[in-house]
Amino acid sequence: MGPFVPDLISDQLNLIVALLLGIAFGFVLEQAGFSSSRRLAGVFYGYDFTVLRVFFTAAITAMSGVLLLGHFGLLDTDVIYVNPTWLVPAIVGGVIMGIGFIVGGYCPGTSVCAAAIGKVDAMFFVGGGLLGVFAFGDLFPLYENFYTSTALGPIRVFDSLGMSQGVFAFIIIMVAVAAFVVTTIIERRVDSKSAPSFKFKPLKHAAAGTFAIALGVIFIFMPNHKAAMIEKVTDPSYTAAHPVDKMDADELAFRIVDHEQNIRIIDIRSAKEFAELALPNSYNIQRSDLFGKDWVSTFSQRHLKKVVVGNDEVQERTAYYLLKELGYENLAILRGGIGTFRKNILSSTAFVPTGSHWDADVKEFREGARATILKMIADAKNKPVKTIIKRKIQGGC
Amino acid sequence: MKTKYMNPYLAGFFLGLVLLATIFITGRGLGASGAIKDATISISNAIAPRFTETNPFFGQYVGAGKENPLKSWLVFEIAGVLIGGFISGLVSDRLKLVTEAGPRVKPRARWFFAAIGGALFGIGAQFTRGCTSGAALSGMAVLSTAGFIAMLSIFGTGYLVAYLGRKLWI
Repeated sequence: MGPFVPDLISDQLNLIVALLLGIAFGFVLEQAGFSSSRRLAGVFYGYDFTVLRVFFTAAITAMSGVLLLGHFGLLDTDVIYVNPTWLVPAIVGGVIMGIGFIVGGYCPGTSVCAAAIGKVDAMFFVGGGLLGVFAFGDLFPLYENFYTSTALGPIRVFDSLGMSQGVFAFIIIMVAVAAFVVTTIIERRVDSKSAPSFKFKPLKHAAAGTFAIALGVIFIFMPNHKAAMIEKVTDPSYTAAHPVDKMDADELAFRIVDHEQNIRIIDIRSAKEFAELALPNSYNIQRSDLFGKDWVSTFSQRHLKKVVVGNDEVQERTAYYLLKELGYENLAILRGGIGTFRKNILSSTAFVPTGSHWDADVKEFREGARATILKMIADAKNKPVKTIIKRKIQGGC
Repeated sequence: MKTKYMNPYLAGFFLGLVLLATIFITGRGLGASGAIKDATISISNAIAPRFTETNPFFGQYVGAGKENPLKSWLVFEIAGVLIGGFISGLVSDRLKLVTEAGPRVKPRARWFFAAIGGALFGIGAQFTRGCTSGAALSGMAVLSTAGFIAMLSIFGTGYLVAYLGRKLWI
């Protein structure tokens, strides 16, 4: 499952990967004609819509690929870099760059590509870019506060617009195809003799457009991988057909007190609840994080018993089934949830005699366990918290 | 003889695949302005280290315990763009030292305007946290709100001011 950084590809090797991907990037940009400022500027004057065609096709291709790879579980879309939004600075910067595009005829990537084939104007553009960054840094105190204002974090556009990912993907593909058609008509009016689009083969282009729209329609109906899996495991017919392995609070307490190595406690409650009471050596993992790669090395060891701890058995069962569906084995849930554990083991008035001749032993065990576990919990509070920090890949410019 | 450019949709498809491969392998997108920033900081640090380290913007990237800004993912990627662009120019016979300008613009004026345009991109890309590649294209591929804002504001402004700049190009 991608991405391969940082698990399979080290930071050093990643730089070589960057170089190779950059070569492909530069080659395609140059082949597309992005090394020509007149061609780039043409998009604003109607005589050449190459930029729009290349740019939009690339955007919907990459977007479609990310959606498909994510859907089939080949790419962990939770860890890939999503550009954070600083709303007002982003718009202001875009306005400045828009003016720069008209004045300069390039954008940074295309200017480097054009400079590589000997365009002197592109070399001046790159030089100007260096001076621009320097000026920005030099005057930074003037707008330091503005620079970090309206920070909205790594928000996604479909959430911002209040629609599903699939519907948004469909709309953007339709917008792109419509833009391709309209700009071709405009281009042919502006330059009725030599507009680049006269060379296109209509049939092939219509077929490609139809394919893109069909893909967009599929996106509307493509369920979210995670949502679909959660829906599946919470369905009554599924839960009825799949019994769960339950572990009693006493057994769990015994294993904790015994410092058993072959057990992993997975606490799926919220971070707040976990901070309030955490069982010794337990991992706090939110349900949505079970899907990620972070825990594979822990969960996939078969000899380890993975005990799911939640507020109640319903919450525990969902996580249990998800882990099972994700291919992990040797699982159990805590019978009665953490409430039962707290009541039977951790509270001093826990023991209610049942009249059995084991009563005295049970009482003695639980009291011993209570003291030991409470001490372990108290000790753990002085140590660093044992949660794996969710990886986030660094990116951006 | 100069070879024709690739069909733009096909080129866009390949560009999309390169971007997709980048996201799939590295988890991040392509970029360009970040490399120019790294280069600027590196040059500034070589000439005036005290100034660079104490500057609140550049200071984030240099100083004790920080890697050389040139040892960044984007710098290597942009080095690749130079190589890839050169190879493409070589195979398509487009390598030539030339200044390209609109029909009414003289080369020196073109150089001046290109530098101004580059400077504007250098400034704007800091506010937007990326340019057409890193913010708009890569951001759109992962459906980030920032990506669409960057795309709309860059191209929207381009169209708004195109009339004022028409003498540069037509």
